[in-house]
Amino acid sequence: MSEYSLSDLSIYIYVLVLASFIGFEVISKVPTMLHTPLMSGSNAISGIILLGAIVVSVGQKSVLGDVVAFVAVFFATINVVGGFVVTDRMLSMFRIKKGKGA
Amino acid sequence: MMDRAFDSVSAFGFEMAFLLAASGFFVCLKLLSSPKTAKLGNLIGSGAMLLAIVVTLIMERPSVIMPMSVAMALGSIAGVISAKRVQMTAMPQMIAIFNGFGGLASVLVAIAEILRIYFDGTNSPSILFSITAWFSVAVGAITFTGSMVAFFKLQELMPTRPILVRGQRLVTILLSLAVLVLLYLLIASPKDLGLFVALSLVASTLGILLVLPIGGADMPVVISLLNSYSGLAALAVGFVVKSNILIISGALVGASGVILTRLMCHAMNRSLMNVVFGAFGGVDLVNKMQEEKPVREFSPTDAAMLLKNASKVIIVPGYGLAVSQAQRNLRDLADELKANGVNVSYAIHPVAGRMPGHMNVLLAEADIPYNELFDLDEINGEFETADVAVIIGANDVVNPSARSDKTSPLFGMPILNADKAKAVIVMKRGRGRGFAGVENPLFAMDNAGVVYGDAKQSVVKTLLSLKEL
Repeated sequence: MSEYSLSDLSIYIYVLVLASFIGFEVISKVPTMLHTPLMSGSNAISGIILLGAIVVSVGQKSVLGDVVAFVAVFFATINVVGGFVVTDRMLSMFRIKKGKGA
Repeated sequence: MMDRAFDSVSAFGFEMAFLLAASGFFVCLKLLSSPKTAKLGNLIGSGAMLLAIVVTLIMERPSVIMPMSVAMALGSIAGVISAKRVQMTAMPQMIAIFNGFGGLASVLVAIAEILRIYFDGTNSPSILFSITAWFSVAVGAITFTGSMVAFFKLQELMPTRPILVRGQRLVTILLSLAVLVLLYLLIASPKDLGLFVALSLVASTLGILLVLPIGGADMPVVISLLNSYSGLAALAVGFVVKSNILIISGALVGASGVILTRLMCHAMNRSLMNVVFGAFGGVDLVNKMQEEKPVREFSPTDAAMLLKNASKVIIVPGYGLAVSQAQRNLRDLADELKANGVNVSYAIHPVAGRMPGHMNVLLAEADIPYNELFDLDEINGEFETADVAVIIGANDVVNPSARSDKTSPLFGMPILNADKAKAVIVMKRGRGRGFAGVENPLFAMDNAGVVYGDAKQSVVKTLLSLKEL
């Protein structure tokens, strides 16, 4: 993990730039009507930090490190779970015809 | 211990699984392009996330699974509860606080990794590691505290007006410089934990100072901007733990935030620089008393009469509608009109709510079919053939001086051309001005009349009169 070469870095930058281009293309097609779910959904995706939190909680040599990683896992999970659940809740409201319960 | 060949094969397998998950995120966003497929998209996105988490757990083989599962279980409970309970009007706050959590997680992951290296003692971090960790802590801390300030403002736990104390800009500049100086120091001594603590504190303060001067009206821009920051935070962590999927996901979220930020700026006719650095609302807006044309007042019965005789009605909802929780009453009114053969549609301005797309969600929650909702470009041509435009709790977004009056602070802002309808009914709370504090000549036009009062009351009374006619 601690060895970090410039060639590694260049690959990550490739990935970053290409993903950004595709991201712009795909997200530009999301209609304004769905921009709030887009935001909460992308928020859930940014919870991918959870993976990083899991990675760093392995092999900690200090209690402090354990605690910090624990808190990181906790907050990242809120992001992931809360983000996807609230997006689902919102998207369920978008209907063409009125629901029966109305 | 496994042999090398097997190790690299399994590493390849893990990478392919991550690639599958990352593709799932793209598909998720792709399916968000239509309300019909969006729900499936979200499901695919969450499935992809689950896959990525499981693969990470298999890959890392954590020896102590207990504390981690506890953290994940607690996080899931907190996430589900807040997601199920939140009111749709409070969605901006929720997004703000979630953005903040993303930023906080970014700071903590970087610090945990630094602690691991620090206490391990066997290896010393490289310069590139220091740079990525610096980036992760700085962006994460700014996102965290900035989002918290936005949350407090939106929740009205602190004043929503712009807060700018003397010398604040200078302090902001100095703190930004300090963040850069800390990068230099960290490259020189990468194992100095104190420097990371200092960096966290400086960047946290910077985040607070960056959002404090931004007023309530500009919150849609700020939330979008912080959304892109949370993407940056994920991206930064990706560089720290060397993970492609984090970098891809971060780029996606960053792109979404940037797109939304630009849209919001355009909708308010402001540049990002202007939002971030210019405190709107503090300017002299008590300009010229206009010719003070008298405003015609409508009773709910007058409004009902107009609606009764109309064949095409366009409703312009504003945030005032949501404040008085009148969405369902509005739907009842629209249902009654539709039952009488009236063509009803809704015109949604991009900043009708408090965040991008907010009004659409608020109306969808009240079971208003989404195929009756139209955005500005789609519907602006329709007003000329509309018999009645009903403006409920909206003001600046229908102010015609944005089109014609070069001296108006709103000039150039794209507006809904509600004034072009044959008749205009305005339902507003009081005689006050809009968010921007600007006079609205629409209200005094010959084809317009105002029903004063709480939006909910006005809608309910109009519906009652309509039924009696």
